[in-house]
Amino acid sequence: MNEALTLLSFGEQGWGDTIALGVMITVALAICTLPFGLILGFLIALAKNSTEPSLKLAANIYTTIFRGLPELLTLFLVYFGVQIGIQQGLKLLGFDVYFEVNSFVAGMVALALVFSSYASEAFLSAFRGIPQGQYEGGYALGLSRYQTMTLVILPQLIRLALPALSNLWLILLKETSLVSVIGLADLIRESGIAARVTKEPFLFFGLACLIYLVLAMISSAGLSRVERWSKRGEASR
Amino acid sequence: MIAASPETGAKRPPIPPRPWTNTRIFGNALMALWIVAGVSLVWYLGTSVASPFFQKYWPKYIDGFLVTLQIVSLSLVLGMILSVPVAFARSSSWKIFSAPAYAFVYFFRGTPLLAQTFLIYYGAGSFRPELEAVGLWGFFREAFNCVIFAFSLNTSAYQAEILRGSVQNVAKGQWEGAAALGLSKPVTFFKIILPQALMVALRPYGNEIILMIKGSAIASIVTIYDIMGETRRAYSRSYDFQAYIWAAVIYLMIVETLRRIWDKIEDRLTRHLKR
Repeated sequence: MNEALTLLSFGEQGWGDTIALGVMITVALAICTLPFGLILGFLIALAKNSTEPSLKLAANIYTTIFRGLPELLTLFLVYFGVQIGIQQGLKLLGFDVYFEVNSFVAGMVALALVFSSYASEAFLSAFRGIPQGQYEGGYALGLSRYQTMTLVILPQLIRLALPALSNLWLILLKETSLVSVIGLADLIRESGIAARVTKEPFLFFGLACLIYLVLAMISSAGLSRVERWSKRGEASR
Repeated sequence: MIAASPETGAKRPPIPPRPWTNTRIFGNALMALWIVAGVSLVWYLGTSVASPFFQKYWPKYIDGFLVTLQIVSLSLVLGMILSVPVAFARSSSWKIFSAPAYAFVYFFRGTPLLAQTFLIYYGAGSFRPELEAVGLWGFFREAFNCVIFAFSLNTSAYQAEILRGSVQNVAKGQWEGAAALGLSKPVTFFKIILPQALMVALRPYGNEIILMIKGSAIASIVTIYDIMGETRRAYSRSYDFQAYIWAAVIYLMIVETLRRIWDKIEDRLTRHLKR
């Protein structure tokens, strides 16, 4: 027991600081992905919700692809695909250099693609929960289409989409673990290194699992506060 | 409603042309992009069918497909069997049963599948003397067994939640009605509640199968040569990006086919609920 505590302590003998760094990277990746995923997902939901059939179809193809591919494969496609694409492009321009994509950025792009395709479904079902009269009311007050969307529809949309989006956030947090495969020094990778060096794999991977659980608990607590905040308008009468 | 009247021969007014709004232009542009991407993909894959890469590696992809199929089907079936006691324990009113079941479900749903797989695959080594003592070391030495073990536990947690949720969703009146007819609890459960619950659970079960297929790609990280594993091996040997493109095509085809078949099954099974 004491040995385990020494291994987990911070400082010279322990792996605590290494793992704390991994946690930081994991959390940073999830937080950096979130805004891109949300915005892209919202735009795709707008496209799916439009009356224009070509736009709808284009958006549906996007979601079919990124919901059907394993997240790990999307990650590899982005990581190697972008690398090869840029290298080929540079070759055409006459530069023959080795180019490597940052694994953090590749992870962000891949996770945002997956997140946005799921988020678009969440936003779409929220759109369906908003009655047509809300748009008509906005137009009747002389608001432009943009103003109606941002001032009338969006606040209600967020409230309706929040439960589904909270779920997606928890999934995103777990999916960041995949980025360790392309070399990002996140929680899983740091635990793996510690496990290999100390030959205590169960201890370190168990700890990693517990940290993921704690992160999920913290997020759940935070999200339920956000949910309460979003519902402050419908206080009991 | 203006219809062509047979007496006067007056025609219906023409449908006004759909204007080229910005939205329509944008939508068409995006569709054009997809079509160009799709056509070039088909062209690329079509021309590379005769390529040395395809000639050399397509049998590998079939092997990988079979391994993925094995992993997914085994884990789903084992997970389903395990999910039944977990779901019962979870909805039990006795704390000694419900608390551990809740912890089990919370743990496996709250941590990444990758971490669980590592925990079991690498972590088993920490207990080698103990496992050898009970004769289980041979089981945990094989990566394939570890993956099946991890995936079954993971999916059983999700399936237990699906089962519990759908059983609880059946209206209470169904239980009361059956009790009023003098049916015993087990008969009520198996003949009245479960069929209705499974009807509701069809869609989440379908989603769980798809999630499992996608999640099974993780097995490739612990040296299993499933589709993803064969892909990574082919790429590391050939440095040919088409390895990943073929994998994407295979996964998309599997998932889409399964989704459509599942929709058909659901449509068929719930036909009595449609009006």
